[in-house]
Amino acid sequence: MAGEVVLLDFWASPFAMRAKLALSEKGIAYECKEQDLLNKGPLLLQANPVHKKIPVLIHNGRSICESLIIVRYIDEVWSHVSPLLPSDPYRRSQALFWADYVEKNIYDLGKRIYVVQEDQAEAKEKLIQCLKTLETELGDKLYFGGDGIGFVDVALLPFSTWFQTYETSGNFSIQESCPKLVAWVERCREKPSVSEALPHPQKIYDFYLLFKEALGVK
Amino acid sequence: MSKAGLVLLDCWVSPFCMRVKIALNEKGLQYEARPEDLFGGKSDLLLNSNPIYKKVPVFLHDGKPLCESSIIVAYIDETWSSPPLLPSCSYARAQARFWADYIDKKVVFDACGNIWRSKGEVPVEAKTEFIEILKQLEGALGDKEYFNGDTFGFVDIVAIPLTCWFFALEKIGGFSVAAECPKFSSWMKRCLQRESVAKVMPDPEKVYEFVLMFRKMQGID
Repeated sequence: MAGEVVLLDFWASPFAMRAKLALSEKGIAYECKEQDLLNKGPLLLQANPVHKKIPVLIHNGRSICESLIIVRYIDEVWSHVSPLLPSDPYRRSQALFWADYVEKNIYDLGKRIYVVQEDQAEAKEKLIQCLKTLETELGDKLYFGGDGIGFVDVALLPFSTWFQTYETSGNFSIQESCPKLVAWVERCREKPSVSEALPHPQKIYDFYLLFKEALGVK
Repeated sequence: MSKAGLVLLDCWVSPFCMRVKIALNEKGLQYEARPEDLFGGKSDLLLNSNPIYKKVPVFLHDGKPLCESSIIVAYIDETWSSPPLLPSCSYARAQARFWADYIDKKVVFDACGNIWRSKGEVPVEAKTEFIEILKQLEGALGDKEYFNGDTFGFVDIVAIPLTCWFFALEKIGGFSVAAECPKFSSWMKRCLQRESVAKVMPDPEKVYEFVLMFRKMQGID
């Protein structure tokens, strides 16, 4: 079951961070292979021929693609430690629903903010609305997963590393509109398993400044 | 289990609703399908059960709502275990989820939408892309009877409902799925022989009529 675990990674990708969070939560040792996304190598192209994207988890030589699918795979294979999804089917469906909600909204809205085009104002408004909806779902819980980090926490947390970038490029404050969510981010970052897996938002912002053109900022 | 325990908020032409119905049929479950009038006015039950998206399908199990077709199908599979719709091996499950996700990402809105929402002549690129995606799926199918292997399963359920829209796409786009992707076409026929599928899938001619009406409504025709 342990076997060889390799992650094809890009350090600034929130999708890759999901996989790293899951691996870190479960205490799984793995080899991280940083990929050059502007010049994709044969290993990546072979491991993910359909989408040619990171992250890819390679476990005992077999590749698993798509970040949430990777997280589910990790959760199933290493099921005996720190389960991320509830065992009850209904509660599991709720967690999957909210992770899917994050998937449908956050990345696209964030990108529409940092590329700074005409629809930035609308994207800012929608992002805040989505984050507020997620705040409501969090409610009084410490984590989306309840008392511990769960699937929805893993799905959403990586985007918090990009909040500073969204806020600075969009000139608005997520803290102001969604203080509970920001408190949740800080609570998560206190855990060593999380702080080990996630880069500092300042590093992400520095990356954004350096690679604006490659990121689609006109 | 009484019929009242399982309710589906439904629309006859929605491939997403068909996924749920096929899964329920595969499991031999009795359920009540309540048609929603998506143009006339959505029911309070729908709006209250799916406040985030306000869409069908919504599946209610003893009053508890579930939304998003793939999530509903997975729930049905986990709650009523026989026959299993997903393989038991974690790696095979990851592959199944990958292809279900691929179908939703690539086929549904982009590839199909680019064809049936086209004003005037359908661009060649839209047709080429659609066929390429089906060929990719043919690759995933390989020599298997079904995407799931020897038995009909999760990916088959996610994919087959979309095919009742293909006749409309072929008419609007002027191409033939059977001619371009014979393997995929054989898989379609195989699935349609299953009672669980046949009693749920509408007549493709009726879907075509619906698409034409919808195009008029949207000002495309």
